[in-house]
Amino acid sequence: MKHLLTTQGLSKDDAILLLDTSAQMATTQSRENKKLPTLRGRTVVNLFYEDSTRTRISFETAAKRLSADVINFSAKGSSVSKGESLKDTALTLHAMGADAVVVRHSASGAAHQLAHAGWLDAGVLNAGDGMHQHPTQALLDAFTIRRHLVGNVGEDGRGTDTSAGADLSGLRVAIVGDVLHSRVARSNVYLLRTLGAEVTLVAPPTLVPVGVETWPCRVSYHLDETLEQWQPDAVMMLRVQRERMSGGSGSFFPSPMEYSRKFGFDARRLAVLPDHSIVMHPGPMNRGLEISAAAADHPRSVIVEQVANGVAVRMAALYLLLSGTDETSTDERNTL
Amino acid sequence: MSAPATTTYVLRGVRPYGTDPADVVLADGVVAAIGASGTVELPDGAAEVRAEGHVLLPGLVDLHTHLREPGREDAETVFSGTRAAAAGGFTAVHAMANTTPTQDTAGVVEQVYRLGQEAGWVDVHPVGAVTVGLGGERLAELGAMADSAAHVRVFSDDGKCVHDPVLMRRALEYVKAFDGVVAQHAQEPRLTEGAQMNEGVVSAQIGLTGWPAVAEESIIARDVLLAEHVGSRLHVCHLSTAGSVEIIRWAKGRGIDVTAEVTPHHLVLTDDLARDYDPVFKVNPPLRTAKDVEAVRAGLADGTIDIVATDHAPHPVEDKDCEWSSAAFGMTGLETALSVVQQTMVDTGRMTWADVARVLSENPARIGRIDGNHGGSRTAGQGRPIAVGEPANLTLVDPSATRTIDGRSQVTASDNTPFAGMELPGRVVATFLRGRATVLGGEVVDRTAVDGPAADGKTLEGVTR
Amino acid sequence: MNPGSRMPESSAPLSTDPSTDPSIAAARTVLGEADIARALTRIAHEIVERNKGAADLLLLGIPTRGVQLARRLAERLTQIEPAFDGEYGTLDVTMYRDDLRRQPTRAVGQTVLPGSLDGTIDDKVVVLVDDVLFSGRTIRAALDALNDLGRPRVVQLAALVDRGHRELPIRADYVGKNLPTSRSERVRVRLADVDGGVDAVVISAASTTQASTTQPSMTQPSAGENGGAR
Repeated sequence: MKHLLTTQGLSKDDAILLLDTSAQMATTQSRENKKLPTLRGRTVVNLFYEDSTRTRISFETAAKRLSADVINFSAKGSSVSKGESLKDTALTLHAMGADAVVVRHSASGAAHQLAHAGWLDAGVLNAGDGMHQHPTQALLDAFTIRRHLVGNVGEDGRGTDTSAGADLSGLRVAIVGDVLHSRVARSNVYLLRTLGAEVTLVAPPTLVPVGVETWPCRVSYHLDETLEQWQPDAVMMLRVQRERMSGGSGSFFPSPMEYSRKFGFDARRLAVLPDHSIVMHPGPMNRGLEISAAAADHPRSVIVEQVANGVAVRMAALYLLLSGTDETSTDERNTL
Repeated sequence: MSAPATTTYVLRGVRPYGTDPADVVLADGVVAAIGASGTVELPDGAAEVRAEGHVLLPGLVDLHTHLREPGREDAETVFSGTRAAAAGGFTAVHAMANTTPTQDTAGVVEQVYRLGQEAGWVDVHPVGAVTVGLGGERLAELGAMADSAAHVRVFSDDGKCVHDPVLMRRALEYVKAFDGVVAQHAQEPRLTEGAQMNEGVVSAQIGLTGWPAVAEESIIARDVLLAEHVGSRLHVCHLSTAGSVEIIRWAKGRGIDVTAEVTPHHLVLTDDLARDYDPVFKVNPPLRTAKDVEAVRAGLADGTIDIVATDHAPHPVEDKDCEWSSAAFGMTGLETALSVVQQTMVDTGRMTWADVARVLSENPARIGRIDGNHGGSRTAGQGRPIAVGEPANLTLVDPSATRTIDGRSQVTASDNTPFAGMELPGRVVATFLRGRATVLGGEVVDRTAVDGPAADGKTLEGVTR
Repeated sequence: MNPGSRMPESSAPLSTDPSTDPSIAAARTVLGEADIARALTRIAHEIVERNKGAADLLLLGIPTRGVQLARRLAERLTQIEPAFDGEYGTLDVTMYRDDLRRQPTRAVGQTVLPGSLDGTIDDKVVVLVDDVLFSGRTIRAALDALNDLGRPRVVQLAALVDRGHRELPIRADYVGKNLPTSRSERVRVRLADVDGGVDAVVISAASTTQASTTQPSMTQPSAGENGGAR
């Protein structure tokens, strides 16, 4: 695996390999000594053009747990904010000998361009590009779903994960909220479907993209109906930004109150679901808008565990990107 | 330019409009004689161009070219852009108004007009801005530009839409006084805020902000109704959707005086090309779907769409070598337009070469009022029939040739062609501007070579295949 | 629990029969089914003798075939020493290898400790079990992996075959058979419960392409094949 840019087109075998490897990484993270020597001497650059402390720290932790050297390169306080182009930054990272670049960018396709424009030969790991994709988020979501709903780790998540090699066949996942602007939704729809799960997107029509009909999922405009009649095994709430409500190209919904009433997840809606179901959110949450505190802190909420699993999944992705023979030899790279 | 006595050329075995072979003699800037193939004697000092089987067309006229000068000479100049136009078979181009400063006064349009004359590759007809600085708020001095030496007849805020309906109505009315036309860039601004590509299946998957077809169609619908109401001439730039074709068809059926253009790229490329996020495919209006491509081809074939215009939009490398959302809109087109039309319309049997002459020369010349039927300047002899006594503005095409497109080897100063690496049919082997060869043997002819005696009295083997 | 059942790293079919594999010239069987059984029984006795019983004994097999060998040793130990609980574990060393960049990406295997241990190997008598001892690099990785799990009282090593050519100061405490080989030869351990067929240890000359490779560590990895620097 040279890059991880999108879940669309990721094969089922690769997806399961990523999840299984994540499970092994997760095992090591319950030890006293969490650090593995696996990527010693390799350099991982976190190239963040968007503020996202949570994601950056998750990747940084993952890389450090595998003993890689980590360089954080964020838009603030670097030449990026002075107008240096993505291309020039890439050439700089190439000259610095980066082995992998973890990139977060507000422009859809930025990770794809870094990987394919010929600016650098490092492995590229997409940590979120615009409205396009955020593959490690989808992988950690799938990993969390698999542990709970296939692997029987129990409500506290501490049981033994017996899901190695398994897919998500037969599971139903509802993804609720601002699908239109969400890279998390796009990543999850394709990955979950590849793993055999059924997905229903639930959103007001204004927050569903034109062209959604080719996505491998169903679309519903009604949360209550979906919960009651479809009985999802997992409900994934998406962050809704208040600024979508008004101004600019806004007016996606009339008011936060109306959104919350029709699409917010709360204890009442949780009670409708099967007992084994889990509640998820990629964070950061808008408590009181898309999810109530009671739902977010409910024992069936796995939101905190998603964060922990993020480190294991990112360790797995980094391992699979950075181990194995290079396409270009190391000697060649060192002369550049 | 009134160059002294130009070389006399005898074009052997050429097929005017793709019909039967003939010998055509060009002398003193006009078509001097047309005879049966192989029958015309070679006059003393004349150059013989052996061009058996090549198609002879009236010189191509582009109604929509961005020459970038003044202001963005790093992308293109009037000289480099018109040289590229000649290479693509054009003898006249309309230079769009979105320069810096904007072509919104008589002074700026005259400057561009003069730069075109000095370059001498093609006739340059500046397009005047509809509103001051393309700001969409106040009408520019349309009359002053019309009365200037540049003799402006086409007015456009291209790049921006004249979206205020009152302003659009006034412009349509005002230009009637001098037989002008407003060429509308149909893009509803609110529906396209931040838009990056066609809104549809592909944009939904790859996460780029969508540019709905309705943003184009709603403006076209409004404008044809306005044109009908005030009895004005309207030209619709680069329409790109099936719905737009339907609206134009409906408007023409009602007798509304509207003309429409399509670009070469919208005749062949689709939004699927955005999947790799290569900004060379980022263009305004955006590439649409295969269904739209088929609709514009059908519209061009049945006359609903009047012309093909290049929307040649050169950009320096740095404006395309970046993230999609930061990249500039536009693609070059002057040197590939004829090949694309041949590939999509002629080689598919949907149009004849006479139709090509209609959509790439006669109709654009008529819309721009440079066809000699509406008075005007001394450069108004474009899009004329290939007949004895007519100005020798001609293009010679080898339709059997194929070539692989390479942005860097094109004549235009910019590399941003969406056809890079593709093999396209047809090659312009010669272009004549009032009898003077600007292209011969498939190569542009620099002025020193043309003005000198180099070509005299020789058979030009370079053009013989 | 079947720790060895998922090893997607294997690009070569696990059940390749060396006698029909055209890439392997002149394969010969050096240990048969009965030889292997006898060797394991002897090793089991030696483990009990050396450690004066089986108290605190923990067998850890190194995937893939080391795990099956550990299981068989555990069975024998149960017969010899009824106090022994019959449990054994799996120690995956992938993430500790020093050749990760020289090989196609290896899938990370599972490390599984017997449930009774409650996750710690502190003060245990750990016996690492592997099929073939060659360069010693796999065992080096295993020692590092063990270090991250805890602090055993003592670590011992059992190998079915020691083929020599050590690259590190590592030796086995229990050896089924010492097998003199040339560096370019390939030694394969085939176990019925992993590879099908019958148990055997097979030695073969490397194919011509392999023989021309001066660095044995660059050969393709294949579970159960020890031409590489394991």
